[in-house]
Amino acid sequence: MDPNLKKPKLVDRVDSVATGGDPCESTRVCRFPDDVLERVLSLIDSHKDRSSVSLVCKEWYNAERWSRRHVFIGNCYSVSPEIVAARFPRIRSVTLKGKPRFSDFNLVPEDWGADVHPWLCVFSTVYPFLEELRLKRMAVSDESLEFLATNFKGFKALSLLSCDGFSTDGLKAIATHCKNLTELDIQENGIDDLGGHWLSCFPESFTSLEILNFASLNSEVSFDALEKLVSRCKSLRVLKVNRNISLDQLQKLLLHCPLLTELGTGTFMQEVISGPVTEFKNMFSNCKNLVTLSGLWDATPLYLPVIYTACARLTFLNLSYATLRSDELTNLLYHCKSLRRLWFDIYTLPSKCALVFEILECKEKEKGIMVTLFKISDEIGDKGLEAVGSCCPLLEELRVFPADPFDQEIFLGVTESGFVSVSRGCPKLRYVLYFCRQMTNAAVATIAQNCPDFTHFRLCIMNPGQPDYLTKEPMDEAFGSIVKACTKLQRLAISGLLTDRTFEYIGKYAKNLETLSVAFAGSSDLGMEYVLKGCMKLKKLEIRDCPFGNAALLSGLTKYESMRSLWMSACNVTMNGCQMLAKERPRLNVEVMRDDEGNDDGQAHKVYVYRSVAGPRKDAPPFVLTL
Amino acid sequence: MDLINFEATELRLGLPGSTDEQPEIKSTPSPVKTNKRSSSKMDSSVPDEQDSSRSPPAKTQVVGWPPVRSYRKNILQGKKSEPESGSGMYVKVSMDGAPYLRKVDLKVYKGYGELMKGLQEMFKCIVGLYSEMEGYKSEYAPTYEDKDGDWMLVGDVPWDMFLTSCTRLRIMKSCDVIES
Repeated sequence: MDPNLKKPKLVDRVDSVATGGDPCESTRVCRFPDDVLERVLSLIDSHKDRSSVSLVCKEWYNAERWSRRHVFIGNCYSVSPEIVAARFPRIRSVTLKGKPRFSDFNLVPEDWGADVHPWLCVFSTVYPFLEELRLKRMAVSDESLEFLATNFKGFKALSLLSCDGFSTDGLKAIATHCKNLTELDIQENGIDDLGGHWLSCFPESFTSLEILNFASLNSEVSFDALEKLVSRCKSLRVLKVNRNISLDQLQKLLLHCPLLTELGTGTFMQEVISGPVTEFKNMFSNCKNLVTLSGLWDATPLYLPVIYTACARLTFLNLSYATLRSDELTNLLYHCKSLRRLWFDIYTLPSKCALVFEILECKEKEKGIMVTLFKISDEIGDKGLEAVGSCCPLLEELRVFPADPFDQEIFLGVTESGFVSVSRGCPKLRYVLYFCRQMTNAAVATIAQNCPDFTHFRLCIMNPGQPDYLTKEPMDEAFGSIVKACTKLQRLAISGLLTDRTFEYIGKYAKNLETLSVAFAGSSDLGMEYVLKGCMKLKKLEIRDCPFGNAALLSGLTKYESMRSLWMSACNVTMNGCQMLAKERPRLNVEVMRDDEGNDDGQAHKVYVYRSVAGPRKDAPPFVLTL
Repeated sequence: MDLINFEATELRLGLPGSTDEQPEIKSTPSPVKTNKRSSSKMDSSVPDEQDSSRSPPAKTQVVGWPPVRSYRKNILQGKKSEPESGSGMYVKVSMDGAPYLRKVDLKVYKGYGELMKGLQEMFKCIVGLYSEMEGYKSEYAPTYEDKDGDWMLVGDVPWDMFLTSCTRLRIMKSCDVIES
C-alpha cells in the first residue's frame, strides 16, 4: 500500500476552495464510485431533494438520473415525454398533472388538452416496465386505458383523480389485462359510468390487489364478483366501495379482509338486518388495523354506533358523504380520540320544533327573524365543531365542506365560532379547508394564535367580497394575522372583502408560501405586485375576478420562470400585456383562452402562464392562443 | 325533513339579500371594479353590475363559485333530494279522526289508482280523487305535503313528479277540503 495514496474523499467540485493545499489537487474531484453514489441517492425519495442533488455537479446529475425511479411532473406541458425519457432511463412510477386547478370548477373549456396518450406512447418504448401511473386533471380516453393495460406487462398501480374522458369500459381493459395490478384508485373523475361490469372482468386467477377504490362510481357492481375478488386478494388493505353496497353486503366483505387499513363503506342504512344482530354489531371488530374510514352514505343514528368499536383507532375520518346531524357527529367524535384528519360537511337539519320555537320567540323583532334563522342553523353546525375541539386533540387536518353551496333556500353552515372552538381544542392543526358564510377578523386572529403551525390555510367565505360581518371592515387583518403567526404556511386561499393590504401582508410575511388562490379580491395592481415581489417561494398563483391588470402581470416578469404556473381569469389583463410578457420571456408559454363569443375587445379573459422546456404546445385547441 | 312553510307569518326563506328588508345581513357592494364583459357562461350579473342595494352574487350563480368540484356538488344535490335512498320510499300517512299514523312505500304503487286502493285497504275507508266536473265522489280526499311544505291535492301532477315531491300524506274529510 503506497502511503502517499490519498484516501478517496467525496469532494464537492463546486466547493474546491475548501480542500486547500495544492491548487491542482484541489480541483481534482475525488469521488465515490458511481454505483455507490447511485446506491446512496436511491434512498432519496423527495423529488425536490433530487432536483437539488442533480444540480451539484455533472457526476451527481448522472448518478441521480440513473437512480431515479419515480418522476413527478406537476405540469404536463412544462416538459415533453421525450425529454423526460431522455433524462431518466429507469423510471418505474410516474405522477402527471395536467389542467390548471380551476378546471375543477368549470373555468377551463372541455378539450383544453392534457391528453395522457402521447405520454403513454413514449413510455411504452422507454419504460416498458412501468409499474405506477398517477394522473390528476388529465384527459384520459378508454383507448389510452386499453393501451396502458396491454403495453405494460408488469403494470401495478393506477390512480385517477379529477380526470375525464374515459368510461367504465376503460376500467374493463385494466381489470382484464393487468395481471399484477395492486392498486386501482378511481376518484372524483368525469367518468362515463356505463355499468358495473368492469369489476367482473378481474380473472379468477387474479389475486394481487391491495388497493381498490371505486367509491365515486354510481353503477352497481356484481356483489358476487366483488366478494370473490375480495376473498382471494389476501393482501387487500384498502377497500372503498360505492353507495350501492348495502350494510349486509359490507358485513360479508369485512369477513374476508381482516388486514384492512382503509375502508370506504357503501350505504350505511338498511330497513332490515338479515343476519343476527350481534354479528352485525361486531362487523368492525375483525378489522383491528383500520385507521381510515369513509363513505357512510345515509348513515343514521340507528347504525352509526356499529363503527364506535373501530373509532378509537381511527386517524382519518371522512364524513363528507354522510348526512349527520350535529348531535350524531358529537356522539361519533366522542369515540375518536386518535383522530388526525377529519372531513365533513354540515348537512344538519334543525328539527321543525326547534325552528318554530325560535320563530315564535322572535316574533316581536320581525326584522331580526331572518338573521336569527341563520344563526340557529349555523349554531347547530358550530356545535359539531365544538365536539371536534373537545374530542380530537390530535387533529391535524380539518376540512369542512359547504352543505349545499348552490341551493338558495338551504342556509345551513358554520360560523366563525365553530372554527374558533376547533382551534382551541386542536392546537396541532396544520391543514384547514373551511367553507362558511360569515367570518370576522377577530376570530381568525384568535385561530392564528391558537394554531401557529398551519401549513395549509384555505378559507372560503362563500359570498364573494363579504366583509367582517360584525365590523363591516375588509377581512385584511384576518389573513394578515395568519401570515404573521404561521411562518410555515405553504398554501393559502383567501376570500371575503379584501383590499391591497391583504396582499401587502402576504408579500411581507408569507415567506414560505408556495400556492396562493385569490378570488374577488384586491383594489389595484399593487396587490398582485406585493405578492410577486415578496413571496420568494411562490410556485402557483391562481387569480380570478380581481382588478389586476398589465402592470401587475408584467411586474412578475422575472419571477414566472421560477414558478410552476400563473392563472388569471376575469381580471384586467389585455392581449397587449400578454404579448409583451411573451416577447420578453420566450421560455414561458403565455396562453390566452378565447371565450365563446370571440369578441375582440383586446381583453385577455383567461390567461395561463407557465414555464416550459418543451416550447409552445403542439396540441393546443383553436380557442387556446399561445403568444 | 322539510323546513316549515312560513307563509302564515309572511316570511320568506332565503339567503341574505334576497329581499330588501334585511339590512343587518346585507353586505357592502363588492369593490371589484372590472371593465371586463361578463363571460358568456355567466348566466347572471357580475358584482360590479349590480346596484348597491343588493348583495354581491351570493344568490346568482357565478361560474365556478364556490370552488367545489362537480363531483362533490352532485353528491350534495343527491343528498338533498333523496332523504330515503335505496329501498323503498316510505311516507307517513295520517287520516283525520284516526288516532295513529301509518307508513306506505310509494314505490310499491305504479300510479294513483293503486295508491288509492292501498290507502283504502289500510284505513278501511273510501278515498277518492277529486275531479273538476264531478266533485268529490267520496267521503275522504287525499292530500300530500310537498318538498316546499305546501299541502296539495293528490292527483294534480304526473305520478313520477308526485313520487319525487311527496313527503307525507294526509287523508282529509272531503268537506274540509272544499271549505279551505
